[in-house]
This record gives sequence, structure tokens and C-alpha cells, in this order.
Amino acid sequence: MPITVLAEGEAPEGIGIFLPAIYDIVWSLVPFLLIVGFFVFYAVPRFTKILDQRRNVIEGGIERAENAQAEAQKQLDEYNRLLAEARQEAAGIREQARQEGAKILAELKEQANAEAARITANAHAQIEAERQAALHSLRGEVGSLAIQLAGGVIGESLTDDRRSTALVDRFLADLEASEAASATGGSVAVQRGKAGI
Amino acid sequence: MNRIVLVKLLATAVLLLLFWLGLRRASLVPGRGQNIVEVALGFVKTQFADEVLGEKIGRRYLPVLASMFFGILALNITGIIPLLNISPNAIFITPFLFAILAYVTFIYAGFKEVGPGKFFKNSLFPSGVPAPIYIILTPIELINIFLVRPLSLALRLTLNMIVGHLLLVLCFGATHFFFLQADGLDKLFGIPTLIGGIVFTLFELLVAVLQAYVFTLLTAAYIEQSVSEEH
Repeated sequence: MPITVLAEGEAPEGIGIFLPAIYDIVWSLVPFLLIVGFFVFYAVPRFTKILDQRRNVIEGGIERAENAQAEAQKQLDEYNRLLAEARQEAAGIREQARQEGAKILAELKEQANAEAARITANAHAQIEAERQAALHSLRGEVGSLAIQLAGGVIGESLTDDRRSTALVDRFLADLEASEAASATGGSVAVQRGKAGI
Repeated sequence: MNRIVLVKLLATAVLLLLFWLGLRRASLVPGRGQNIVEVALGFVKTQFADEVLGEKIGRRYLPVLASMFFGILALNITGIIPLLNISPNAIFITPFLFAILAYVTFIYAGFKEVGPGKFFKNSLFPSGVPAPIYIILTPIELINIFLVRPLSLALRLTLNMIVGHLLLVLCFGATHFFFLQADGLDKLFGIPTLIGGIVFTLFELLVAVLQAYVFTLLTAAYIEQSVSEEH
């Protein structure tokens, strides 16, 4: 029977039935110690070492990833801040430009107005001067013409210069007065003018 | 020196070789062999060390538990391997050595983790019991913890292996007899015995793993009782 290998084929007696044979004890100790020693000093330490290393690597990786993420977040915040600043600055510049543009426009308008006013004033002055000049020359010509005509009509030469001049002046004054009256629109003035002529 | 000793040495050699091959070039990124070894050791680590003892104490006793589980398993499994056909654990001395290891370990654990005084007090005078009960409880606990525990561990394993071996011998011996020596229709009796042999071979595979598991789990539980503050 393989289950009870007896030493040298002898049947054990008494307590010997329960005690393992010496060779069993010896040869059981060898594999036993080998197995225990192997696992205690080789297999399990290597196993736990590898597990620890792997955990460290993974934890380190996670930590690195977290750091990188935090760094990226910081940079993103920085960029956002810079962007906001830039936007604000741009808005400020735009506002300033708009204000300056408006100011320049207003100045130009004012200048143009002033120029226009100046030109108008000049033109008025010139027209007035020309009118005066025309009036003056007309007055001289009309005076001498009228006197010649009148001299021809009345048949005598109005040689007396002082008198003729006074006459012409009075006539012209009348004429002007009648013109002024007609400009204000009164029929009386017209009649007066007619009567004056 | 006999066949069982040879089987024992062979099983030991194979076990050590397998684990050595798996862990020879242990690296952070495991290869195929290392993966298998890691799964095996990881099983012991989670099932016994972490689960029963907790990570911190479990780590300290993992080498003992691992050598116990794989040693017993390797010596059990030879019972169903053709040509070997015997488990060295069917000889009392082999399981008894593992039982002595368990015994020494749980007493050592008690001494180391909680101190001798507290270990013996927790073991022999468990708290939460009315004082007079100690008169019967303490002797029982004394016998239970310091005598029955190692013997029961060793005997449970030995008897399981002996019975398993007997069953297989019976089945295959009967099959052999019926097929080769029986007359006429009696040969047909060989069929159920052969089927029985196959079934019991599978059953013995289960028993081999289960007994290694039970042995190691009980050892872990004993260590846990030794190191706990109160129980």
C-alpha cells in the first residue's frame, strides 16, 4: 500500500504507529524548508518590491500629471488675464481715437465755418467797395450828363459849377431817398419819387 | 528514500522553478510569466493577507502565507498527476511541518504585535465573559489554541489527501480489475468505476486547491486572532 510506506517493511509497534519514520521527517524537511525559504527570501520580497515600485511609478505618474495640469491651468489663467488686459487696452485706445477723431472733426468744422465766414465777409466788403466805386463814377457821369441835358433843354449853359453841383447832389439825394422808400415798400415813397422826378 | 520523497522533491523543484522563471526578470511592466506569478501571489495577498489581516500586518506575514498556500497546493496536486499519483501530504509529517509553521507564526505574531502578556490574556481569558466561566473556558482555550489548532490543521490535510488517494486507488484499481480480469458482462462494471475515477480526479483537483486554501485561510485567521487587541 502506497499510503503507509513502512521502514524496511517492518510493522511499527506501539507509539511507533503514530510517529513518522526518520527518513520521512528528514526528507519532508528538505522540500518544506526549500519552499518556505524560497517564498520568504525570494518570491514574496520580489513580488512586493515590484508591486511597490509599480505603485510608486503610477503615483509618480499621477503626481506628475497633476502638476502638469496645475501648470497648464496657471498658464491658461495667465493668458486669459493678459488677453483681458489687451482687450481693455484696445478698448481704451479705440475710445481715445474716437474722442480724438470727434475733436479733430469739430475743429475742422469750426475752421471751415470761420473760413466761410471770412470769405463771405471779404466778398461783402468787396461788393460794397465796388458798389461805392460804381456809385461814385455813376454819380459823376450822371451829373454831367444831366447837366448837359438840362443845359440843352433850358438853353443856357449851366456853367456855374457850384450851382450845378448842388443841383445834381440834391437830385441824387432825392433819388436815393426814393429808392430807399421803395425798398421799404411804401407807395407814398414811390409817389414821392415820381413827384421828385 | 522512497517514491513519495521523490514526488515531494520533484513537486518542490517544479514549484520553485515556475516561480523563479516568473520572477527571474521581474520588471515594472510584467511579461507573460511574471503576470501569471503576480496573479498567483496577488491572489494570496488579497485573499489572505489583505482580507484577513489587513494591508499593514498582512504584508509582514505574506511570505509565510504564500509559501504555505503554494507549498501545500504543489504537494497536493501530485495526487492526481499521472505517474506521480500520490500526494506527499498524505504522509502526516508533511502537513505537520506546515502546521508547525502556522503554530510558530501565530504565536510569534501574538508576541510581536501585542506582546506576550496581552497575547496570552486575549487567548486564554477573552474579555466579555463572566469571571466564573474562565474555569472551564481557559482550559478549553488552552487546549484549543495550543494543541488542537496545529493538530487539526495537519490532520485535516493529511486525511483529505489519504481519503482522496484511497478513492482514486479504489476506482482505478477496480477499473483495472474489471476490464482485465473479470469475466463476461462483469467487464461492464469497469465503466462506472472508470467514470467514478475521472470524477474523483476532478474532485481531487478541487480538494487540492480547497485544502491549501483552507489551511492558509485558517492560519491567517489564527494570526489575526493573535494580533487583534480584543476578541
